[in-house]
Amino acid sequence: MEIHRDDIGARLGMWLFIFTEILLFGGLFLVYAVMRHRYSVEFHQAAHQLNAFIGTVNTVVLLLSSATVAMSITAVQRGEKRKGVLLLFITLLCAGVFLFNKYLEWGHKISIGLYPGSDMMIGLKHGYILFFSLYFFMTGLHMLHLVVGSIILTIVMLKIQTGSINPGKYTLLENGGLYWHLVDLIWIFLFPLLYLIT
Amino acid sequence: MTHTETHITDYRVYGWVLFALLVLTTITITVTWIDLSALTVLVALMIASVKSFIVLKYFMHLKFESRLFTVFVVMVLSIYLLVIGLTFFDYLLR
Repeated sequence: MEIHRDDIGARLGMWLFIFTEILLFGGLFLVYAVMRHRYSVEFHQAAHQLNAFIGTVNTVVLLLSSATVAMSITAVQRGEKRKGVLLLFITLLCAGVFLFNKYLEWGHKISIGLYPGSDMMIGLKHGYILFFSLYFFMTGLHMLHLVVGSIILTIVMLKIQTGSINPGKYTLLENGGLYWHLVDLIWIFLFPLLYLIT
Repeated sequence: MTHTETHITDYRVYGWVLFALLVLTTITITVTWIDLSALTVLVALMIASVKSFIVLKYFMHLKFESRLFTVFVVMVLSIYLLVIGLTFFDYLLR
């Protein structure tokens, strides 16, 4: 007897989840937009504190990782198992680079006393506090998604290796990929809005 | 089985998509060196929107999915844009 499977339904379910994520981050972007309008000068000056170079490197790394996830789907569809695993491994490597850069970036800010609730931050002007709070919260939430995505893709990679994800059944890879692209999508907006508009 | 006509995208397509996204990233960064004052945010958001469009269409496979997916995405984005519009309508006219 054949077990019923609905791949399109599974992907649609994933998309519905992605919509809730878009609205979650959307709310934060809305707060950012209103506060930026209200404290435009202070936001402008505060953004100079961010390291645009690290931001740029992370953008490139994320785009590359997104491409390799997409390519791994092609590899699995064609039955090129080794290639699929390798491509996902590159993605995970990229995630590692991203997190390491974030560690450097946040580490520097925390070492100079710039973090939510610190004595230094409380003493800053209102617009600065808002900018840095939004910066830490939005990039932090994004980073959390990246970590979750990495865990999902690690599981997917192992499943390709063992053969439970194969050319006939790879919805988990597709959905994991969709989640990863969402992480990329959010960064596409976070990067210019936080790092570049100075 | 529900596997209806699966579309297999060639590696090269993703390579080109990645290239396009990197070019757009370069443009975003270069544009910030030029002072466009009030337009800076608008330009940055426009480029980011183009990039998201490419990611949604190719990486997230909307191009090859049933139309239903695209309709859903457009609906969600429209609702979000409406919320932004209404918020600013309220905020600016207070």
